[in-house]
Amino acid sequence: MNRRNFIRISTLSAGGAMLGTIGISGAKGPSLLDRLSGNVHPDESRYLRTPTYCEICFWKCAGWVYKNDQGEIWKIIGNENDPHCNGRLCPRGTGGVGMYYDQDRLKTPLIRTGPKGKQEFRRASWDEALDYVAKKLDFIGKKYGPETVALITHGSGGKLFTTLMKAYGSDSIAGPSYAQCKGPREAAFGLTFGAGLESPEPTDIRDTRCLVLIGSHLGENMHNTQVQEMADAIDRGATIITVDPRFSTVASKSKFWLPIKPATDIALLLAWTNVIISNGWYDKDYVEKYTSGFDKLKEYIKPFTAEWAYGITTLNPNMIRDTAREMANASPAVIIHPGRHVTWYGDDTQRSRAIAILNALLGSWGRRGGFYLPELKEIPEYPHPPFPPVSKSWRDILGDQYPFADLPLANAIVDGSIPGHLKDFQYRGWIVNGSNLNMTMPDTRKTLEAIQQLDLLVVIDTMPMEITGWADVILPECTYLERYDVLRNDHNREPVIALRMPATEPKYDTKPDWWIAKELAIKMGLGKYFDWKSFDEFLDYKLKRMGSSLEEMKKIGVKKYERTSGDLYFSADNPPSFDTPSGKIELYSDQLEQAGFDPLPRYTPHEEPPEGYYRLNYGRTQSHTFSRTSNNPNLSAIMPENLVWVNPKIAANWQLKDGQEVWLKNQDGAITSFPAKVRITERIRWDSVYIVHGFGHTNPLLTRAYGKGVSDSALITKVLVDPVMGGTGMRGNFVTFLTENPDKEVKA
Amino acid sequence: MREELIISGRMNPMVDPTLNIWHWQIPLYLFVGGVAAGILFFASLYYIMGREKKYPAAIKWAPMVAPFLLILGLGALFLDLNHKAFFWQLYMVVRFESPMSWGAWALLVITPLSIVWSATWMKEVFPGWHWKYPFLEELEAFFIKYRFVIAWIMLLYAVILGVYTGILLSAFNARPLWNTSILGPLFFASSLSTGAAVIMLMAKSHLERNIFSRIDLIMIGIELFLIVHMFMGFQASTQVQIDAANMFLGGPYTEVFWIFVVLIGMLLPAFLEVLELIGYKIPIVITSTLVLTGGIFLRFIIVYAGQASRYLY
Amino acid sequence: MRFAMAIDTQKCVGCSDCVVACQTENAVPIGYCRDWIVEVNDGTYPQLEMEIRSERCNQCSNSPCVRCCPTAASHYDYGGIVLVTQHKCIGCGACIASCPYDARYTHPKGYVDKCTFCVHRVKEGLPPACVAVCPTKCLYFGDTDDPRSEISLVLKKRKYKRLIPEAGTNPNLYFLI
Repeated sequence: MNRRNFIRISTLSAGGAMLGTIGISGAKGPSLLDRLSGNVHPDESRYLRTPTYCEICFWKCAGWVYKNDQGEIWKIIGNENDPHCNGRLCPRGTGGVGMYYDQDRLKTPLIRTGPKGKQEFRRASWDEALDYVAKKLDFIGKKYGPETVALITHGSGGKLFTTLMKAYGSDSIAGPSYAQCKGPREAAFGLTFGAGLESPEPTDIRDTRCLVLIGSHLGENMHNTQVQEMADAIDRGATIITVDPRFSTVASKSKFWLPIKPATDIALLLAWTNVIISNGWYDKDYVEKYTSGFDKLKEYIKPFTAEWAYGITTLNPNMIRDTAREMANASPAVIIHPGRHVTWYGDDTQRSRAIAILNALLGSWGRRGGFYLPELKEIPEYPHPPFPPVSKSWRDILGDQYPFADLPLANAIVDGSIPGHLKDFQYRGWIVNGSNLNMTMPDTRKTLEAIQQLDLLVVIDTMPMEITGWADVILPECTYLERYDVLRNDHNREPVIALRMPATEPKYDTKPDWWIAKELAIKMGLGKYFDWKSFDEFLDYKLKRMGSSLEEMKKIGVKKYERTSGDLYFSADNPPSFDTPSGKIELYSDQLEQAGFDPLPRYTPHEEPPEGYYRLNYGRTQSHTFSRTSNNPNLSAIMPENLVWVNPKIAANWQLKDGQEVWLKNQDGAITSFPAKVRITERIRWDSVYIVHGFGHTNPLLTRAYGKGVSDSALITKVLVDPVMGGTGMRGNFVTFLTENPDKEVKA
Repeated sequence: MREELIISGRMNPMVDPTLNIWHWQIPLYLFVGGVAAGILFFASLYYIMGREKKYPAAIKWAPMVAPFLLILGLGALFLDLNHKAFFWQLYMVVRFESPMSWGAWALLVITPLSIVWSATWMKEVFPGWHWKYPFLEELEAFFIKYRFVIAWIMLLYAVILGVYTGILLSAFNARPLWNTSILGPLFFASSLSTGAAVIMLMAKSHLERNIFSRIDLIMIGIELFLIVHMFMGFQASTQVQIDAANMFLGGPYTEVFWIFVVLIGMLLPAFLEVLELIGYKIPIVITSTLVLTGGIFLRFIIVYAGQASRYLY
Repeated sequence: MRFAMAIDTQKCVGCSDCVVACQTENAVPIGYCRDWIVEVNDGTYPQLEMEIRSERCNQCSNSPCVRCCPTAASHYDYGGIVLVTQHKCIGCGACIASCPYDARYTHPKGYVDKCTFCVHRVKEGLPPACVAVCPTKCLYFGDTDDPRSEISLVLKKRKYKRLIPEAGTNPNLYFLI
């Protein structure tokens, strides 16, 4: 390659173009010596590549799976046309190959032979295993009603099992992604703007001038495009304001870091609202035209001054004012980020409401640099008979609890499986797909209590997990690299769909979800809901009706469509409209008031750690997704265990050394199964400890992850349930250190 | 509090937490190479000076051990290689900038020389020895004729080898502990000291034992001077070198270094040698063994500690 | 031609994608790596500073590893990239000891391995795998001899530092600060 070619590359790379497919012709072939030295791989374009979208996390970035000369899966590279990733996968997506190569994978269907909780299984054929499940579901359906079977899913395969469940007669279909994660903000933004945020959140970070993160550690959670756009924002010199008691990675990149006292966020939000209103810094035109209840808010907010908040949050009032001014200056190109995992203290819908109100005052909703107006492509249904009516829906089962839950709650299913919890209802069977509930749900002990009451627990997963140890039947699905799945269809700046197709044959005796769902349906006499011969046909049917075809999608992987709903932001072409009862942004929520909740967010003090205890703060890391990737060979090599972050002052009090192993014990006496190493760091406050979620696996079949680090779920025995929508607040737990092996005590 | 950590990627036992690339093979190689260099140095030096009659142990007997030591060293070096099938690449190129290269070449010269040297003395050391083939007899006669030339070459290469064992390490400026020019003279002094110890062991005459005991005493003195000098140099240098020195001044290598190298390997034998010189009867085996033990420990400790000394993190 | 890399520590979030991408691209055995992430924190809560660096072989212009290699397996190659010729390497470990950045390791097959700046990709006009994958686009790769290249421009515009320049290695990794 000569210099001129190189300039071309540099220019392209400056434009942010993905070079994955650009080959420069005229490059001299490698010499024999180079080939011998192994420093040269031949031209990539001759490698076979197949499209996929990632299954390692919910962002579902589209990519290409490359195979090497031997026809083995080699690497996964982002699809440059995909707005979820712009050709750049995150470490987990790149390390997705490890999911395929993991030798600890589930290999055959298994049926329990021993008591629950003991890993005694026998191998079974698919026919036998599915027969078992079909008969058991039939039995439960006849004896208790099909509505007593719940599906808990966190994966692409869930769509097909959803069809199965609806055909069977149950709509208790939940993902921990709602009530254990983003539920409160969905409810709050729904109440305020008449629209939830969904995924990916329509935050216009690309064009923002001020990004405010409240407890959101963007960059440690690799929400791919948000991280990409945030990096661009840093380049552009946009202001980042981070509110976090921990010195998060993004805090270090922020113009303002507000080291807030944990559990006092609402006080800060009210103070910001106060400062913005009392100084008249809000977007007056926007507020007047599009909001309701401003006067009530203005009156209500008066006492909540920056000085008032200082006493609660420990944040300097000037800092509160300065940051408020910074936001106002950027308005409307400002984002008070709604966060994603927002189930913290049980008043989370109210905190999210305070965030929504602040965004409304600054006029960022529907504005460039604030929140764009996303669009979703409609995918036609494959024809099937209408679903039977559900005799008792999840909403009926909940009764008058959690009136603003707009999706089924995984925690309510766990609760509802424990006899006597609900007056006249009990869940009898679970189908769990791609969700390791023992570590996903807070309070592991309660989850296990519920599991032991079930008549049937079917687990569909790729890996042995804690939950598979409790299953009656384990159905091993193949990994996403070995299967077709439903089309990815998430809203975005432009409507976009993505295809996942198998890059290779399934390893071992594993099967794709579509096959499992269809075969199970046939055995249950519900085959008519899966009336297609092959999944190719199913996908092609839909794609043909969307101006594409399976053949085309195999070549391009990702297809974008023109917007049909008008501009990306509010404009004459796309006039503001809000799907609320008043048709306006509801600063003051009559809906909440009528249901007996605070119509405007209120700060309530939360419990503080007792002497010798520290608030358990937990979070994400870039290289793992929850507990699902801890055994992935590539990713466990990057981060094999989690550490307990301890402030140096606390470490000195306890005489802890860096790297020393400690067990954690919470306020209810729950103790971690394993010790974790101490990391002494200034990045954490003296009143908290921090661990990354997803470690401390107790299933010895996970040869890499077993016994590495500690599980936060086991320590979250106190769950602060949000009465508005049922979210499970998990940050009200306090832990202390045990430096000796607590083997004799009861383990969590 | 300052915190500097590798958060991902290099939890590789070959690199972290210490470098961990060289184990027992390299220090053993440095030690036996050093001893052989010491022996051959004295053999050739005293031969050139015409002390053949006076110091038979130094010139004739002790060099008999040298080929074995050198082959042992080469064997250790070979065992250290991770890509063994390609070891011959060492001799495909001369790399003047690489101490490893000129060490390999020096060994290639001095090992056959030491064999030749020993062979020329076989008949004197083992009376009744005769070579099986007549051409060997002719060769012997040829080499005996040019013994003087051989001695000069051997002297030169003995110095190169002795200094090289230190320079191999000190050439690595990435390892602050090794990166001192003192290491060359120090290891050479240790070579001479341990070489003298072997000669002392084999010497039959009181005179020869006595003179090498004195030489050894001087060498120990030089070593101690160099060690003190080395640490003074470190302490007056940059932070990384201060950190390197601190591994021996309160750090993890403190006890093992000062007890095994300095006390047992230098001060104690020096004390015994002084006693011997003023007339006490000390079994030479004890003194020699102590010196050799000190020499082994010096190589092992310096090689291991050096791998724990670094610039970053 | 002089290939170099600039790492923007202001943007890097330390996600380790570069590490994983290198691992898959170059089939680096699990448990080894050619690049890694360093985090440096300074100060006392809440007055804190953090620097995150994606590190790898510095492809030094005055490489101690090339100098100390007894077989010339380590050598300067295309655009100054330091490479190891596997069939010349005897695995003596001298280069590993010589590297102040600890960028090298012994491959399980016996030879010494390290970052190649993905020379196989560079020769085909592609950026190294780590650069191509980086979600924050904090890695810049190019020819510093060419004043119009992106990396030359970014080095002109931004403040940077190099690691242990006092080791005299003349490294070609620039950390933008």
